[in-house]
Amino acid sequence: MALTISQNKQQRDTPVLEIRNLTFGYDQALLNIDAFTLAQQESIAVLGPSGCGKTTFMHLLTGLLRPDAGSIQINGTEITTLSEAKIDQLRGQQIGIVFQRMHLIPSISILDNLLLAQRLARVPSDKTYAIGLLEQLGIADLGNRRPPTLSQGQVQRAAIARAVAHKPSLLVADEPTSALDDKNARDAITILKDLTIGNSAALIVVTHDERVRASLQRTYDLTTGQ
Amino acid sequence: MNLLRLSFANLTVSPLSSAVNILLLALGTASIAALLLANTHLASVLQRNAAGIDLVIGATGSPLQLVLAGVYHADVPPGNIDSKELTRWAAHPMVASAIPLSLGDSYDGYRIVGTVEEFSDLYGATLQAGRFWHRPFEAVIGSNVAQSTGLETGDTFSGNHGLVASGEAHDGIPYRVVGQFLATDSVLDSLIVTSTRSVWLMHNTQHQGEHPEDGKLRHHQGEDCANIQDCDPATEGGEESHQPDNYEAHAHHGEAIDHDEMSLHFNDPAFEDHPQVGDQSAADEADGVNEEVTLLLITLSSPLGMLSLPREVNAESSLQAASPAYELTRLLQIVGIGLNWLKTFAAILVVSAALSIFAALYASLRARRHDLAVLRCLGASRSELFSLLFLEGFLLTVAGIVTGLCFAHGGMSLVGYWVGDGRGLTITGWAWAPEEFLLILGLLATGALTALLPAWQAYRTDVSRTLTAP
Repeated sequence: MALTISQNKQQRDTPVLEIRNLTFGYDQALLNIDAFTLAQQESIAVLGPSGCGKTTFMHLLTGLLRPDAGSIQINGTEITTLSEAKIDQLRGQQIGIVFQRMHLIPSISILDNLLLAQRLARVPSDKTYAIGLLEQLGIADLGNRRPPTLSQGQVQRAAIARAVAHKPSLLVADEPTSALDDKNARDAITILKDLTIGNSAALIVVTHDERVRASLQRTYDLTTGQ
Repeated sequence: MNLLRLSFANLTVSPLSSAVNILLLALGTASIAALLLANTHLASVLQRNAAGIDLVIGATGSPLQLVLAGVYHADVPPGNIDSKELTRWAAHPMVASAIPLSLGDSYDGYRIVGTVEEFSDLYGATLQAGRFWHRPFEAVIGSNVAQSTGLETGDTFSGNHGLVASGEAHDGIPYRVVGQFLATDSVLDSLIVTSTRSVWLMHNTQHQGEHPEDGKLRHHQGEDCANIQDCDPATEGGEESHQPDNYEAHAHHGEAIDHDEMSLHFNDPAFEDHPQVGDQSAADEADGVNEEVTLLLITLSSPLGMLSLPREVNAESSLQAASPAYELTRLLQIVGIGLNWLKTFAAILVVSAALSIFAALYASLRARRHDLAVLRCLGASRSELFSLLFLEGFLLTVAGIVTGLCFAHGGMSLVGYWVGDGRGLTITGWAWAPEEFLLILGLLATGALTALLPAWQAYRTDVSRTLTAP
């Protein structure tokens, strides 16, 4: 029993995301991050003007790009040294991503989009949980409809539901409110925060939207590193 | 939700494009499959009908014509030969059996064959009803004849001169159906079989009516040419074989004898049928019956006979021996040239369909590159993206193949239904050509090749670049 308590404590103490001395660039250095840490149930807005590397930052911490140097750990696992297959697996299981353009798979229903996310994450299919998510987001009646038949706000909610369908520990949202009006933007951020806390996950919102900034616990400016 | 379902769902996003691609491939597949089926079916039917017949001996002429007429009942025979040839060749040490056929008349398009009971053994036929003939003008009918004409045991019918339904009828001399064969899926199903003597008497008896002053049946070489032929003045001098001018309906110059006279003949002991034609000869010589047969179906006692017997027969100017196996091969080679051209055309259709599927997959890949990148973000591996695109190509290919095979087999069934029994060439779609397995494998390989490049492109998707691309 003591061992279990110790493990739980260690798990709680381990940051969900920890970045050290990260550098990345194409022709010239684009990103330099000395230290960046994110704990469970914490939410942060990563800010910066267009072209400062916000999307690149997101791709780095999800393993879609490899840094030139530095360390990125997710739940204590160093991802910069993992094989591509291992990164795919880790990304599927531990990270949920909300894309700027949502990118729901148009050929299948909203519910199937959620079940597909579970399948690709190699977690057991949990239809009840998926339906519960849709209910929580107020789109349970749209579960059998395909994305092209939904409004932008409904697609946004469905995309968020898909990102958390496999219960990730890190939720990353790339400009999730850029195409939304104030009400939908406010709703989207509220939902993201609620789901993050509810799942004991951590939330990173990459954005230049000032509406988001005030809603999250912390901010991080990529240009200043503060 | 698995990759197979996702692949299928992706194909339904553009149903028209998918349907056109499936249809294109189906048409190519159906064309090739139908040709294979037709070829296999034709070869099978031809071989089945020729089983047990090593040689056909008949009058000189085209050997293919002799085989088509004697074995497949699909052409007019070159002429007649004297029935003494039967006795002669049946006694040959290389011959196991010799079955005479006398052709020339028909009923409702079905050929009347004068022969011996052993003829039915060639096709493994058994009687479904009735019995074999005991007397002249008794006939046993094949299953197709019974089905098509409605004739049953006990019915009577009048044959026509010639091998088509439009020939002049032997109205005064009816045949009586005394038996019916079980279906054999051979040419026998479409034949009316009677004794050789019936055919001889049919023609000679009629001419007795034409020449009452003779007081007995006689040879009418120059007028009737026995059982099937038109008269050829050149043969009147007593040549043993005759090249006909027109087999379709040979002319008779007198009226048929009436039924009373026929009844008289039926009751005459001289009309009792004999089990073997050779036995009939003596009686027929006494009758003055014209003793000619159209051809002999020979079964050899030894394969060596195939070398020596044809040479021996062909050495005689009035006879020829034709091998069904050889003529069949020659015929299929001739038909095969046409089939090869058709197969080439069908193969072009298949290649066109494959290219179309490739274009559709490639276009789909480009349109869905963001979706594929998202799948990688959700945890899909490169090989899963490869499988996804490959499965889409594979599903289109399989759907095309299955549809094509349904078209081919369904089409053959329809043709079989429309053509009917086809005079012994029963056509069915419920058959499988062995080459169809190779066709399916080839098409699957083509489909796999078609899907390979788009699948490889999917495998190589650069997720980060794709997601940031406009």
